Amino acid sequence: MNNSQTIRADVAIVGAGPAGIAAATVAAESGKSVVLLDDNPQPGGQIWRGGAAAAKGSAAQWLARLARTSVHLIGDARVFNADGMTLFAEVRGNAVRVAAQKIILATGSRERFLPFPGWTLPNVMGAGAFQALMKTGLPVSGKRVVIAGTGPLLLAVASYAVERGANVVAIAEQTSWLRFLGFGISTSLVPGKAREAIRLLWQLRHIPQYKSCWPVAACGRNTLESVRLSHGGTSANVPCDYLACGYHLVPCVELAQLLGCRILDGFVATNDLQQSSMPNVYSAGEPTGIGGVELSLLEGEIAGHSAADQFAAAKDLFRRRSLARRNVRAIARAFALREELKSIWQDETILCRCEDVSFGKVRTMDSWRAAKLHTRCGMGPCQGRICGGATEFLFGWNVGLPRPPLFPVSCSSLRQTLTESDLSNSQGVSQ
Amino acid sequence: MPDRLTVRVNGETIEVEAGTTAAVASLIARVPSRTSVMGQPRTPFCGMGVCFECRMIIDGIPHSKSCQILVRPGMDIRTDE
Repeated sequence: MNNSQTIRADVAIVGAGPAGIAAATVAAESGKSVVLLDDNPQPGGQIWRGGAAAAKGSAAQWLARLARTSVHLIGDARVFNADGMTLFAEVRGNAVRVAAQKIILATGSRERFLPFPGWTLPNVMGAGAFQALMKTGLPVSGKRVVIAGTGPLLLAVASYAVERGANVVAIAEQTSWLRFLGFGISTSLVPGKAREAIRLLWQLRHIPQYKSCWPVAACGRNTLESVRLSHGGTSANVPCDYLACGYHLVPCVELAQLLGCRILDGFVATNDLQQSSMPNVYSAGEPTGIGGVELSLLEGEIAGHSAADQFAAAKDLFRRRSLARRNVRAIARAFALREELKSIWQDETILCRCEDVSFGKVRTMDSWRAAKLHTRCGMGPCQGRICGGATEFLFGWNVGLPRPPLFPVSCSSLRQTLTESDLSNSQGVSQ
Repeated sequence: MPDRLTVRVNGETIEVEAGTTAAVASLIARVPSRTSVMGQPRTPFCGMGVCFECRMIIDGIPHSKSCQILVRPGMDIRTDE
């Protein structure tokens, strides 16, 4: 019955974005056996999407360095459960066990979404999502695009869309000009960033950019036709083909929670060595703080060195990491969500996209748990990953601890994760 | 891999570039990726395998997250069942 494959490694790393790639590379270079798992077909994560073929600059250097190591990279691998130091992943329909001495969590982040009327219409999507779809073949030449939400990602997405011939008709950023300029100035002090900022400003100089501006409705009969933007107390209708809207990022900490790691203010708590409260579990990159690719790489390297007991090499990077961490605070301050965004929904607006649960049903509940039990909000296949982040901001709810499986998987994969003790005490499993 | 290849979306043959995801193939074919509980059409939303709005039947396998699956020549993508 139990035909799952078990892979043993000194270090298992979850997430092959910049942090995971750096961690895997340096740990392997120290002679450790390393397994690197990612749920995408190719390494790179969201920011270096597309693997080696699409890579430039530091992405290309890191991917080439990774390729020279003995790291066992497993793509299409969704880690859905853990038992002690064993991870369970579903890989193209088959369960794979990875038993490791050390685990490094580099699970990245996802976009925060705030529901508004019409956000479920076809061709309304996340800002990062729009970039991901462009990178994987979506033709946008001549398409009218509104980019909205908040965060440094919006300008990067706009730039990418313009380079592919899109007609970006508006960039709507919810933060104020004052906060935005403050961020611009603090970022320009980081070497290399000033040039990138000037390039973006020049490239986007003809595109209408609004601050203190956000979408209040997406309109259209069966698909998106226009977006209503609120700006300076009035609203304007902007016709468009795509709305790319995301309210910055939330860390993916579900696996860390499942492994028992302490979470502090939503992020995995780590010490100088990137070690979590669980001594053999480390975390690097966005799960420990949203700070961009440079910080993720440094944290990944430190975690990789630490997990390989190369403490001197880890310590050599502490100073650069503390400089890069200034960015975390600057981003959080500049792109904090404004109070007005708490009232852009209406009773008929869908909150939970999986189960089509409207705000009218959920707003009378007093907790996330009550909403789940009474309305099915958060009970669909995304397991609350989309609506949960919204309720944290909108209602101040605590989404709480995840339960395995972390993703929907086949019954045969689930069965592989059952231990002898589960089978003898099947109460928790049979529900 | 050829630069362009053909796949079927709900029975219609379309040509896409290699490296395209099945999710993007459905957008190019202008078909919703799924119909919601209340009957609304939906298209890919998060683009990174989190939201499940893009789940489809790909080569007979239901609930496939199409935004994380690259097209292969002759791939059969269904969103209408």
